[in-house]
Amino acid sequence: MNILYDERVDGALPDVDKNELLLALRTRLPDLEILHQQEELKPYECDGLSAYRTTPLLVVLPRHLDEVQGILRVCHELQVPVVARGAGTGLSGGALPLDKGVLLVMARFNNILHIDSAARTARVQPGVRNLAISQAAAPFGLYYAPDPSSQIACSIGGNVAENAGGVHCLKYGLTVHNVLKVDILTVEGEYLSLGSNALDSPGFDLLALFTGSEGLLGVITEVTVKLLPKPQTAKVLLAAFDSVEKAGRAVGDIIAAGIIPGGLEMMDNLAIRAAEDFIHAGYPVDAQAILLCELDGVEADVHDDCDRVRQVLLQAGAIEVRQARDEAERVRFWAGRKNAFPAVGRLSPDYYCMDGTIPRRELPGVLQAIAQLSEQYGLRVANVFHAGDGNMHPLILFDANQPGELDRAEALGGKILELCVKVGGSITGEHGVGREKINQMCAQFNSDELTVFHSIKAAFDPGGLLNPGKNIPTLHRCAEFGAMHVHAGQLPFPELERF
Amino acid sequence: MRGADDVDDSLVLLEQVNQALENATPLRIQGSNSKAFLGRTTAGEILDTRSHRGIVSYDPTELVITARCGTPLTELAEVLDAAQQMLPCEPPSFGDNATVGGMIACGLSGPRRPWSGSVRDFVLGTRVISGQGKLLRLGGEVMKNVAGYDLSRLMAGSYGCLGVITEVSLKVLPKPRQCLSISLEMNSERALLQLAQWGQQPLPISAACHDGERLHLRLEGGEGSVKAAHERLGGQWLEDSYWGDLNEHRLNFFDEDQPLWRLSLPHNTPRLSLPGRQLVDWGGAQRWLKSDAEAAFIRQVVDEVGGHVTCFSHGLCDTPFQPLPPTLLRYHRNLKQQLDPRGIFNPGRLYAEL
Repeated sequence: MNILYDERVDGALPDVDKNELLLALRTRLPDLEILHQQEELKPYECDGLSAYRTTPLLVVLPRHLDEVQGILRVCHELQVPVVARGAGTGLSGGALPLDKGVLLVMARFNNILHIDSAARTARVQPGVRNLAISQAAAPFGLYYAPDPSSQIACSIGGNVAENAGGVHCLKYGLTVHNVLKVDILTVEGEYLSLGSNALDSPGFDLLALFTGSEGLLGVITEVTVKLLPKPQTAKVLLAAFDSVEKAGRAVGDIIAAGIIPGGLEMMDNLAIRAAEDFIHAGYPVDAQAILLCELDGVEADVHDDCDRVRQVLLQAGAIEVRQARDEAERVRFWAGRKNAFPAVGRLSPDYYCMDGTIPRRELPGVLQAIAQLSEQYGLRVANVFHAGDGNMHPLILFDANQPGELDRAEALGGKILELCVKVGGSITGEHGVGREKINQMCAQFNSDELTVFHSIKAAFDPGGLLNPGKNIPTLHRCAEFGAMHVHAGQLPFPELERF
Repeated sequence: MRGADDVDDSLVLLEQVNQALENATPLRIQGSNSKAFLGRTTAGEILDTRSHRGIVSYDPTELVITARCGTPLTELAEVLDAAQQMLPCEPPSFGDNATVGGMIACGLSGPRRPWSGSVRDFVLGTRVISGQGKLLRLGGEVMKNVAGYDLSRLMAGSYGCLGVITEVSLKVLPKPRQCLSISLEMNSERALLQLAQWGQQPLPISAACHDGERLHLRLEGGEGSVKAAHERLGGQWLEDSYWGDLNEHRLNFFDEDQPLWRLSLPHNTPRLSLPGRQLVDWGGAQRWLKSDAEAAFIRQVVDEVGGHVTCFSHGLCDTPFQPLPPTLLRYHRNLKQQLDPRGIFNPGRLYAEL
């Protein structure tokens, strides 16, 4: 089954006359920048998941909200699918274009409209970068908590669309916990405000529904986020273990001691060595697993908690526990973790990053099963794990130039995600379903549940013009995916290309 | 974990919903009915959720508890308490027998809400009987899960208008090591200014209420931070039970005869000039008003500052919840129509049109 939009299983898309659309947009929106030549469209053919590429029909780069509204109205009239895109850093192909659709780039809406320090809020345009919000809030001693690893580049509109996470979610929550209000344009070009400047709003919690809806229900035009006072201090402990099981148990022990760390990360030996080679963070390269535990808050509490956590780690069998001596060392400890993906990328021509979540107690079993799968498929897997919140990022190493390796990597990835579902977890913790995990959705949800998802879509976009093919698979696709599983190894339609 | 009264009665509830679907009979979904005074009065056959009860799973080190809708909130609290954990959003009960299902459906949170998050923020997953008569599993039991639309959190505060919540998984947290309540004498203008200032600093405040004369604060955290904050702020010692009394509307303020209104306001809204008496909660973001003023007048004043109003006195007005702007109402209707096409789930409880 081709992962790119396949009208046979994903639903027919309206045929669009490119010239008619171009003419309509130019007539109605004379100042709108439109890209339509093949060479101009090329840079937009993928997002952060570069293995999947489709050239969009057109790219539009509006500068004013009136233009966004105009684009949506024209596209609605002419029945043209619209895919919204922020900074294009998403890892699940959520902004993968359609060759029969317009790619709506919101990156130029990059103004911070207002920081209200007394109310602890920031009102920003959707193209504002995640990190830019914290930078703008810093003079007031405030910051925006969710910090996906792409925070230097990713935009807040995309963060809301994907319900982005980061390394501090256990204590500070996901995007959905840190957003007060989102303004959107509907598929018909109507403005709607979801949430409010107060802590709740009347009616259904549409703000929660829209957060993470991957651009299928509306286009985000403005976001009001909550800001938090910066913790007075943050300290990091690094603990080394001679087995991943012990490291996994130590995580549960820290929580059982009543401590919620600001960040709690685990890396396995392959990831440790890769990171150390790349960053020279001072990681113990012989350890089978390390835990990075960040404690933040008021000085006195953090000091006490560091002592407590150190005791817990030693009792859990850590062979070494180190506390970063100063801010420089703390940053270096984190740099190893935050660069784990590119570090692993140096070990292998390509890698494929997974995003499953599991109940933490299942970690030893799941890691063991991943090791077996890794052997079975003949591909190495490095494990990086947001241990505090159960979000795993197995990195599958492969070489796309070797025939069959990408297929094997994808198949192995799919198995890992199905394993996560089997132990009570989810196929995606923070990267989103997008196009990438569209088939695994069939493993996590049954047809009754998918039908309800489709009815949600119908309430906001009955024509299915917003980001079709993402997030929720058609029942037809799932039926075919299920059939593939039944005949494992003997795929139907062998003539079809499989990316 | 299993209690003596634990029963999985979901199939019986499902059967009742299917009967209702077949006969197009509206249902009035209720637990102990402790929050029946909220929202509009609705007719319909009673769907009593209390038989489906019990804690399904709880592993303190996972920080997740899963309970059936009919489980009493008191049972949930006891089980968490035994493991030194809590549901940080402190949902009020408004009655001895309040249930988990009603708590989610009403989505009300207590004094800690501005600092900890609301009921919906702690929802990880739900099981729901849909308007198609199907038992669905939405969300899950893990902290991070972005697969599909977030229908579990949509269920929180939906007053049962989108389906029957049969089970919920909630994120829980360890109780803070130290808790200390204090009260300071100051007028409400000064208290609101002070709270805005403190809000920008890393102080361990977890509740803040002004009763007209005194500012009541709860400090929670480690020993060091609570001690340091106490030394800095001073004030008189206050019983911790104050917060429960505030949350359950047992303070004298709530006894007066006038109608009760809940005002939800942006942080840092100055004192509002309204007839009657006010009690400031949530550090200023939630205010209780005892007033004989007209609903339209109160709404206008609150609307101007970007807030909204709920009438907490039953039967006083036909739209206890703030009316929605027309476009937003249209999408609410679309959603209701899609999820409850036969209109059997608490029709009219939230708004006459839903």
